[in-house]
Amino acid sequence: MTQWIDACATDEIDEEDLVRFDHDGRTFAIYHSPDGEFFCTDGLCTHEQVHLEDGLVMEYEIECPKHNATFDYRTGEAKRAPACVNLNTYRTKVENGRVLIEV
Amino acid sequence: MGLRDYSMLGPDARRAVETGLAAAEWYHTDISRKEMKELMKRSDDPAIRDTVILFGAMIVLAGLGIALWPSWWSAPFWLAYGVLYGSAMDSRWHECSHGTAFKTRRYNDWLYNVASFCMMRNPHTWRWSHARHHTDTIIVGRDPEIAVMRPPDFIRLIANLFGLVDVWHAIGRMLLNASGRLHPEEASYIPEAEQHRVIRVARIWVAIYAAVIALAVAMGSILPLMVIGLPRLYGAWHHIMTGLLQHGGLADNVIDHRLNSRTVYMNPVSRFIYWNMNYHVEHHMFPMVPYHQLPRLHEKIKHDLPAPNRSIPEALAEMIPALRRQLRNEDYFLKRELPTTARPYREDFHAEALGAAAQ
Repeated sequence: MTQWIDACATDEIDEEDLVRFDHDGRTFAIYHSPDGEFFCTDGLCTHEQVHLEDGLVMEYEIECPKHNATFDYRTGEAKRAPACVNLNTYRTKVENGRVLIEV
Repeated sequence: MGLRDYSMLGPDARRAVETGLAAAEWYHTDISRKEMKELMKRSDDPAIRDTVILFGAMIVLAGLGIALWPSWWSAPFWLAYGVLYGSAMDSRWHECSHGTAFKTRRYNDWLYNVASFCMMRNPHTWRWSHARHHTDTIIVGRDPEIAVMRPPDFIRLIANLFGLVDVWHAIGRMLLNASGRLHPEEASYIPEAEQHRVIRVARIWVAIYAAVIALAVAMGSILPLMVIGLPRLYGAWHHIMTGLLQHGGLADNVIDHRLNSRTVYMNPVSRFIYWNMNYHVEHHMFPMVPYHQLPRLHEKIKHDLPAPNRSIPEALAEMIPALRRQLRNEDYFLKRELPTTARPYREDFHAEALGAAAQ
């Protein structure tokens, strides 16, 4: 059973950046893309479970701060070693200036 | 702590996992997200400039070496070419393995593969070993890239100034991989899905070296090997010298890079060859910062780091006596003083895991 969770305000995330969001013992990364859309993935890199919150967002990719593994945050696809496993992604929507994620 | 076992499959490796030293949370100097984003920003321009200079210089130097061959007048040109091939390629391999040299990924990948070939490091194997080096920097049994083990083997270190040990092992590993097999240690850190790539590259390289050797035999001259292959030996000294300074004589089994890594101010030529990896504490703390931004990062966080060594000779003068002392006492290491502006060493991070080492 999924539910929509209020994660953050839209203006809390710069364009081409991300924030960390923790909920119910789980951790997520929420992204603001260059064209103004919001996306959500698991917060931890699939390579060695390092949090992506300090990573670098370049266009539609997030680079892990520890080993530079890269993922497309729209699809979760692992684009560059050492990550080989894709990130889980979650649907998002914006309501009244808030970003909601479906978990 | 006593005798160390550097095998990836030995008792120290198991203990690092059991005690939580493996894949631990490391100390980081505080720096704002805004500043870090600026520092992490990628650009193609500096690396394109440096790569054009590097390959341009290599072509000119090798050309002069060939033109003057076999006269001894060719020797200085070979020595300079060798350093660019056997040492500058080490830093290019390293920076491109992080994907930080260029903004454009295919440029990174191209230079990474060329540099890997020059350094005789399988690009797939070493991508994984270097990832482990960053996860578990100088953690005994976990880090496959510890250059100076304890007690230090000075004969090995001196032989490696001419690439002798590294190249001997590289050739053995390349032939093993080309035969379709991986060493058990490689298999411990390379995911199964990636292992076929290791074998494919090894086979291509064996074919290239076989062609160069065949050309040398046909010409009755080692000249082709002076251009491809041998510079990995006669030009290795600079990358070995700078590489030893990265962690030599400092702590092992700690999770604060200020304790196990060394920043050294270097002359501009060595910095070009080494691509700013002399800012080594900074690089380990923030590996996403490209080489051309490391001087700026250093300025921002130096208040929290031990004072850098002011030159290569000064750093060697600090490191070599410490290595000699480790011959008698494996647990000895240099613990450098922090400035008054720094946060204290987070020894509590690792002391619980292994107990305090002798200083």
